[in-house]
Amino acid sequence: MTDTINPHLRHLLPHSREKTTSDLAPDQQSVDLEPLPEKRGFSRRSFLSGLGATGLLAGTAPLAATPAVEPAQEQSEAVGTGSATLRINGKDYTLRNLDPRATLLDTLRERIHLTGTKKGCDHGQCGACTVHINGRRVNSCLTFAVMHEGDEITTIEGLGQPGNLHPMQAAFVEHDGYQCGYCTSGQIMSATALLKEPIGPSDDDVKQAMSGNICRCGAYTNIVAAVRQVRSRV
Amino acid sequence: METFNYVKAPSIDKALAAAGQAKFIAGGTTLVDLMKLNVETPKTLVDINLLPLDKIEKLPGGGLRIGAMVRNSDLAWNAEVQNSYTVLSEAILSGASPQLRNMATTGGNLMQRTRCVYFREPNAGTAGGYGCNKRTPGTGCAAMEGFNRMHAVLGTSEHCIATHPSDMCVAMAALEAVIHVEGPKGKRAIAFADFHKVPGNTPHIENALEPGELITYVDLPKLVTGAKSTYLKLRDRSSYEFALASAAVVARVEGGQIRYIRVAMGGVGTKPWRSHEAEAALMGKPANAVTFKAAAEAALAKARPQKHNAFKVELAKRCLVRALKTATA
Repeated sequence: MTDTINPHLRHLLPHSREKTTSDLAPDQQSVDLEPLPEKRGFSRRSFLSGLGATGLLAGTAPLAATPAVEPAQEQSEAVGTGSATLRINGKDYTLRNLDPRATLLDTLRERIHLTGTKKGCDHGQCGACTVHINGRRVNSCLTFAVMHEGDEITTIEGLGQPGNLHPMQAAFVEHDGYQCGYCTSGQIMSATALLKEPIGPSDDDVKQAMSGNICRCGAYTNIVAAVRQVRSRV
Repeated sequence: METFNYVKAPSIDKALAAAGQAKFIAGGTTLVDLMKLNVETPKTLVDINLLPLDKIEKLPGGGLRIGAMVRNSDLAWNAEVQNSYTVLSEAILSGASPQLRNMATTGGNLMQRTRCVYFREPNAGTAGGYGCNKRTPGTGCAAMEGFNRMHAVLGTSEHCIATHPSDMCVAMAALEAVIHVEGPKGKRAIAFADFHKVPGNTPHIENALEPGELITYVDLPKLVTGAKSTYLKLRDRSSYEFALASAAVVARVEGGQIRYIRVAMGGVGTKPWRSHEAEAALMGKPANAVTFKAAAEAALAKARPQKHNAFKVELAKRCLVRALKTATA
């Protein structure tokens, strides 16, 4: 009974890191162009990807036996800058064959698999992709990864983890500063950055400073409450 | 996105040597966005983020020298800018979002391109796409007959009615900034009024830069003693939106008379719109509502509204009157 865990509940279990066979230092990790090997576990991402594939195949039964789609031609053409090393959440990631066109956002999500940072509009208009570079908040969708060697990049994963939340993360939970949660990591990255910015003390100042982060669910009132609480304690 | 060669320039000389057919990339907030839309398709990108142009320094004779790589947020929050060039700080803080201002640079803001939806449409200027003379000269202007609520009413031509989007540039026009550039033929300085170009017959030529030239500094002249300045921006929502109309005013009033005045407008022009007409209507006159109204009428006298943006003419007048009231109070 204990061996058969409902895959839908597996994300509730403590994470067991997949072992990597790497010669790199413990704080380094090499990331290849190839996607990660199929995870034995069952993640929300793989579940959703699976759904997508099933949906596609449902209408094209004769193709069901076709193996996975070959990587697009342009993907292989694009390689050429060689490798780059990015420092993210205090850890170095060496990226081989980094496509110069890869935005920092796509690199974080698709190469390094730090999927806490979200892609919303992909044009710097929604703020879902907000990360910190050298302590300042930026839109990771509007900058190329290759431009950030030597920079200190912080994502939501580096801010705090379950059991050790950043005060802003805890305040968002306490004040219910989200509904669907898609914009939340961007909201929290913005909210922690504004603590160090010379903005005024009022809620209006907070709203102005948070205006680069759009919440489709409209959790703004609770977001402001969360930010107000953390500011009052800093 | 089209692929490109990426070069990181460690010095100004190296950046200039690599320039050729390349585009310089600094904050990337305009360029990366437009590359995703296939509006910009540079063969080579020269990354200039390592260049030592990120300082704000006082000039010996008064005035301020702003490095081209100074980020918009650093410029807006600089104590000297906030105190002496209030209009510039207010203008920058009224634009974009905090994240974008952390990325965007002074030089990049000067190079910001229009938000015209037809210009930004991925297939504009190509067969089957919308016409855009700015994208592909000779393909026409879809905005003329299209949705042109956000478009310009001043400085337009029969070939292009695209609005210049920058707030920073409007303040710099009123402050009579000077743009320093360096290129294959050496260094030169360009008066702010001469930097941006009205579309005329060549809407694809947006500024005075020669091929391979790099913006290095922007100088702000010493502010006239006793002058006050302000920036007022009107838009569809109160933050994170481009201007429908904006006004930058630098004014000195003595004994109720206007003794020094500089006026520039945003959201209404095809370039950051310095209004000599408004200044002429204000200079030497009493600082009162009658004068302000006359100046606003003069500023918009040559306005040529399109189907959807006639409201901008009245809005811009009221915007200027309000900004003049604030700056002369």
